[in-house]
Amino acid sequence: MIEVRDLVKTFAEHRGDSVKAVERVSFKVEDGRFYTLLGPSGCGKTTTLRCIAGLEKPDSGEIEVSGAKVYSSINGTFVPAYRRPIGMVFQSYAIWPHLTVFENVAFPLRVGKHRFRNEEVRKKVGNALEQVELGDLGERMATQLSGGQQQRLALARALVREPQVLLLDEPLSNLDAKLRERMRVELRELQRRLRITTLYVTHDQIEALSMSNVIAVMSAGVIVQEGLPRDIYMRPRTQFVAQFIGSTNQLGGRLLRVQGEGLGVVRTEVGEIACGLMNDLSPGADVVVVVRPESIVLHRKRPAETINVVEGKVATVMFLGEYLDCSIELGKNVLQTHQPHSLQLRRGETLWVELPPGACMALPSENSSKES
Amino acid sequence: MSTIALPRNVRNTVPLLREPALLVPLVGAGVLTYLAILPLFMLFVGSFQVEVAPREFALTLQNYKAAYTSEYTYSTFKNSVIFAAGSAGLTFLLGTILAWLVERTNTPLRTIFIPIAVVPLILPGVLESIAWIFLLSPKFGYINVALMYLFGLESAPFNIFSLPGMIWAHSVGQVPLAFLMMVAAFKSMDPSLEESAMMSGASTWQTLRRITLRLLMPACGSVLLILFVRTLESFETPALIGIPARIYVYTSEIYLAFNEFPPNYGRGAALAVGLLLLSAAGVWLYTRSTREGKRFQTVTGKAFRPRQFDLGPWRWVGFGFLMTYFLIVVLLPFLVMLWASFLPFFATPSWDALSKLSFENYQYLYGFRPFWRAMQNSILLALMTATAAMVLTSLVAWIVYKSRLPGSWMLDFLAFVPITVPGIVLGMALILLYVAFPIPIYGTIWVLLIAYVTRYIPYGMRSASGSILQIHSELEEAAAASGASWWETFRRVTLPLLRPGFAAGWIYICIVSFREFSTSVLLATGESQVLSILLFSMFEQGQVTVVAAIGILMILTLLTIVAVFYKLSGRVGIQA
Ligand SMILES: Nc1ncnc2c1ncn2[C@@H]1O[C@H](COP(=O)(O)OP(=O)(O)O)[C@@H](O)[C@H]1O
Ligand SMILES: [Mg+2]
Repeated sequence: MIEVRDLVKTFAEHRGDSVKAVERVSFKVEDGRFYTLLGPSGCGKTTTLRCIAGLEKPDSGEIEVSGAKVYSSINGTFVPAYRRPIGMVFQSYAIWPHLTVFENVAFPLRVGKHRFRNEEVRKKVGNALEQVELGDLGERMATQLSGGQQQRLALARALVREPQVLLLDEPLSNLDAKLRERMRVELRELQRRLRITTLYVTHDQIEALSMSNVIAVMSAGVIVQEGLPRDIYMRPRTQFVAQFIGSTNQLGGRLLRVQGEGLGVVRTEVGEIACGLMNDLSPGADVVVVVRPESIVLHRKRPAETINVVEGKVATVMFLGEYLDCSIELGKNVLQTHQPHSLQLRRGETLWVELPPGACMALPSENSSKES
Repeated sequence: MSTIALPRNVRNTVPLLREPALLVPLVGAGVLTYLAILPLFMLFVGSFQVEVAPREFALTLQNYKAAYTSEYTYSTFKNSVIFAAGSAGLTFLLGTILAWLVERTNTPLRTIFIPIAVVPLILPGVLESIAWIFLLSPKFGYINVALMYLFGLESAPFNIFSLPGMIWAHSVGQVPLAFLMMVAAFKSMDPSLEESAMMSGASTWQTLRRITLRLLMPACGSVLLILFVRTLESFETPALIGIPARIYVYTSEIYLAFNEFPPNYGRGAALAVGLLLLSAAGVWLYTRSTREGKRFQTVTGKAFRPRQFDLGPWRWVGFGFLMTYFLIVVLLPFLVMLWASFLPFFATPSWDALSKLSFENYQYLYGFRPFWRAMQNSILLALMTATAAMVLTSLVAWIVYKSRLPGSWMLDFLAFVPITVPGIVLGMALILLYVAFPIPIYGTIWVLLIAYVTRYIPYGMRSASGSILQIHSELEEAAAASGASWWETFRRVTLPLLRPGFAAGWIYICIVSFREFSTSVLLATGESQVLSILLFSMFEQGQVTVVAAIGILMILTLLTIVAVFYKLSGRVGIQA
């Protein structure tokens, strides 16, 4: 279990000003869960992770790891990194180049308060290496391993002490695409098998969506939305989250009226659009309507008895293998949509575009709210 | 908000644990101030005083008047500039051609020239000058004699005792430096820049002229500048060739002021302050220009696999150049030194002289006490300087780059100051400091130790900070995250990773201390005699063949140090 309350961390810059890397972040990772901090680079994910690890001293807040307070600004508790029950995988892997594979993994067992006897060390290291399928490479120098193997070595080293929690800082970002896909599966499998509480940091939405139990989306030092992967994707609560996760179309407009349970009508440049409402918006508010490219339906003829249908013109069609990526002009606005490649589309063709109300969502516009 | 995270290595890691008591940085700052700043302060004060350690403090400008308004002022200035500019130009030219042929062309056998080109580094500057006197002296120089004999000339074609002679003797000793710097510049050039010129239709020659040379411009500028400054600061050639030829530069003027009777410390100090300012200006320009260079990104620090120019039949011209350089510049000075060391008195190579070869000089040295004392001092000093300087700079580098302590950049600056101080200026400053110093170390090897450590702090700093910066902070943090305490981390991770850089810096400082000349010339006397100075004074007294024997023994000692070191440290590269 990891619990973080009101974590604040500010860095002093060289010229006197300071960067607020983390601003009152709170979250809780339940035992055995896989929790992901997702956000663009520079939003404070690593800093949060390092505060939990004890590599960085926060300005204020409280951190609890498996029941024990490791940091609290209230009574000044600060447990040093090497006393915290954690295993950590660094973005650079941080494999020690002067040690063999075996010695790298054995290191955590040879330092600290609790020392292990040699045969125990051998058994535990052997186990850890087995787990990550590096069993027979123990005697190699660590630098002779490939990128993927180094990544697994780092994982074995983090796990060998059987820590209560595992912290992973973008562990897959240095691998090539194919390997990354495979490691995603393997890493998650391993986590399930060991049932180890895991905090994962990434800027890659696919990783976050596919691996996590819970995702927290961060932006500029704060958590903007926390939830199940499906909710984060389907029901983004802010324009930022909608933009950051997956690709989205946005239509600016003004909320005309609210129609009962979370439904409303928005006047946009392309016409009135009925859509879902997540936040407490009142008529007259500036909003953006977001809709995912794969939710848009195209019709050759104007469908009868359907709302949210707009006339458009095919601007570009791109064949991407799995699907067709088309952009459709609706007056000045352009919508991006993914369509099955069985569909025959020509540039310049006129079409009817259906924006299913269930897939459209009105969110408060962030640009205008900043201006006012 | 910017999304670029700071490099990890400037981020501190475990601030609380990492913060060693404030004492360590304070002690570091104290030691560095004592070594680098105090002598300069004394020099500055001394240059305004009538006598050393005066009973009454009185300021005067008379030293500056004596130093800068004499009848020699103009000629000294002119000689210094010609000597420095000429040497920088010649050294640069030779070094660049060598580097280009070796790095960027298909000249035959070029790869074996890479180690050969740096061999002269092992030859101390004093010996380089002496060897060229043996070769180019108008009276007995071997090359002169040979040319006169071959072509039936009336008079010697070359005269080493001239400004061009000084420039030549100094330059050939510096070529390896220029070579190494230019090799680095060539290596860090992105070949795709040239390839895209070729794809745009430029010929080999046009590409070389319009792209390669243009891109190298900033690097060339800074190499020329550093060579200029180093020549200005050097005293080997001005002492051995310049003084007998009555061609004086700033360093020799300082030396002569010191050698007057009684020594004119005031004038020496005033001259030294001038030279110091000149050299500081040069170093300032240099650091500025290299920073600019980085901004333009021609030197990316990444090593590329460079394109090779096909020289066609011209490659044999290149080969000829490399061979000539090898024979004349690398081999000949060694050979002439070796030959002379077996002669009872100096003679041209001939069948007649061949029969006179003997070990007499070496036997003489065997029983010559001052030689053994100097040898012992030099070796001791080299070992102590290298160790002390590397320990000090490793600590300082660690504080500067790994602790987030406020003001640690000051330490970096202090450690950089000595690079602006010419050797002879440092000697002068230390005399002014220690003649009046309560602890009687003047005239002992301790003063030399202090001088050498001060001089080579910047070198040590470079290799220490280089290897400390290479240690990614996450390597240390991973240890903390594995449960290792600060001390365990330092001992099991930081130190082992530091070792190669430490070793490289150590061996380099060892070599340069062993052959140090321009500071020692003012500080080494009697009991504290060192080899390079013994060599100099015996050469002045005319014992030239004994000097050659000392030179050979010196080279052998240096080679032994290097060999033993390589044996001990396994695979460690020397940093130039
Ligand atoms: N040691 C540091 N000193 C100064 N600023 C820092 C330091 N570490 C991080 N920052 C700043 O804090 C912000 C968050 O950084 P980080 O946590 O590394 O982001 P992320 O991991 O999400 O990419 C960035 O603006 C970064 O520049
Ligand atoms: Mg990060």
